[in-house]
Amino acid sequence: MSHVFLYALVGVGLFTLGLYALIVHPHLLRKILAINVMGSGVFLVLVALAARTGRALPDPVPHAMVITGIVVAISATALALALMLRVQTETGQAELADERIE
Amino acid sequence: MTPMSMIENSRQQTLFRLLLILLLSALAAGLSYVVLSLPAQDPGLSEQVTAKLVHSGVSNPVTAVLQNFRGYDTLLEMGVLLLALVGVWSLGGVPQQRKSPPSDPVLDMLPRLLVPLLILVAGYLLWIGAYAPGGAFQAGAVLAAAGVLLLLADWRPDARASRLPLRIALVTGLGIFVAVGMVLILLGRRLLEYPPSFAGSLILLIEVAASLSIGITLAALFLGGRPEVEPRR
Repeated sequence: MSHVFLYALVGVGLFTLGLYALIVHPHLLRKILAINVMGSGVFLVLVALAARTGRALPDPVPHAMVITGIVVAISATALALALMLRVQTETGQAELADERIE
Repeated sequence: MTPMSMIENSRQQTLFRLLLILLLSALAAGLSYVVLSLPAQDPGLSEQVTAKLVHSGVSNPVTAVLQNFRGYDTLLEMGVLLLALVGVWSLGGVPQQRKSPPSDPVLDMLPRLLVPLLILVAGYLLWIGAYAPGGAFQAGAVLAAAGVLLLLADWRPDARASRLPLRIALVTGLGIFVAVGMVLILLGRRLLEYPPSFAGSLILLIEVAASLSIGITLAALFLGGRPEVEPRR
């Protein structure tokens, strides 16, 4: 069963990498991508841990949660991209004012 | 900015990143510890799902969880999808060109060949979802891919279709879901508590409407704004 934990740890790693990119990069597109990478990490943890049933079929409840989560992530990403384009047209830059390095 | 202060600035940034990496490593270590401390074997809720699967109307456990046991998750998620589209539309409109087929023959032919095939695949995924991997979201995603393909190939919906018919198609999924829930409440059951004998048909009805709405909503999100129809001259 150790490969289950390998996948789950990869998920933890993706989440942490995404969080690093989210904090470090001021560009909004990179931030949106970083949040998506974090979400993928969470999904990977959920799907991996669902395989611990000890039978052929995994636990369907986390799988259903991941499907729901993917759709919510897509919706949030689309809204975030639209907001980013709006920021770009209003200010001429795809970065937030308080994060710009002077 | 003087060279001195620039060096100072970059040193500060390096320090900041080192501190950040340190903190995030601690976070990763903590999360890994939590994951590794979980028992190696845990059936979770799979036994309860298997025990009640016969009453759910479908034989694919994931579809049973999504559409029956935790149907309200899916209901709320349809709401989130619609809300995101309302948010995107509220930011502004996308000017709609007058409908004209693309000039490039490849761009003209490719959607003609692929879109019917994608619709067929979506229908198959929707139907197979009752007893194998598949279902409304997968079907909706394939429909959305067809829509994105059409948009990329410069096809735009007809001006008549992008007003009321588009809005009706967008809310059908959530509308039928809510309607089924309300009818069940009026019949003395709880929200989305399907009677086992009708569960299969109700789930199919909801899934058909949901996959249509999901597909069109995702394609509309890809368009990136409310389609604005220029007034007829």
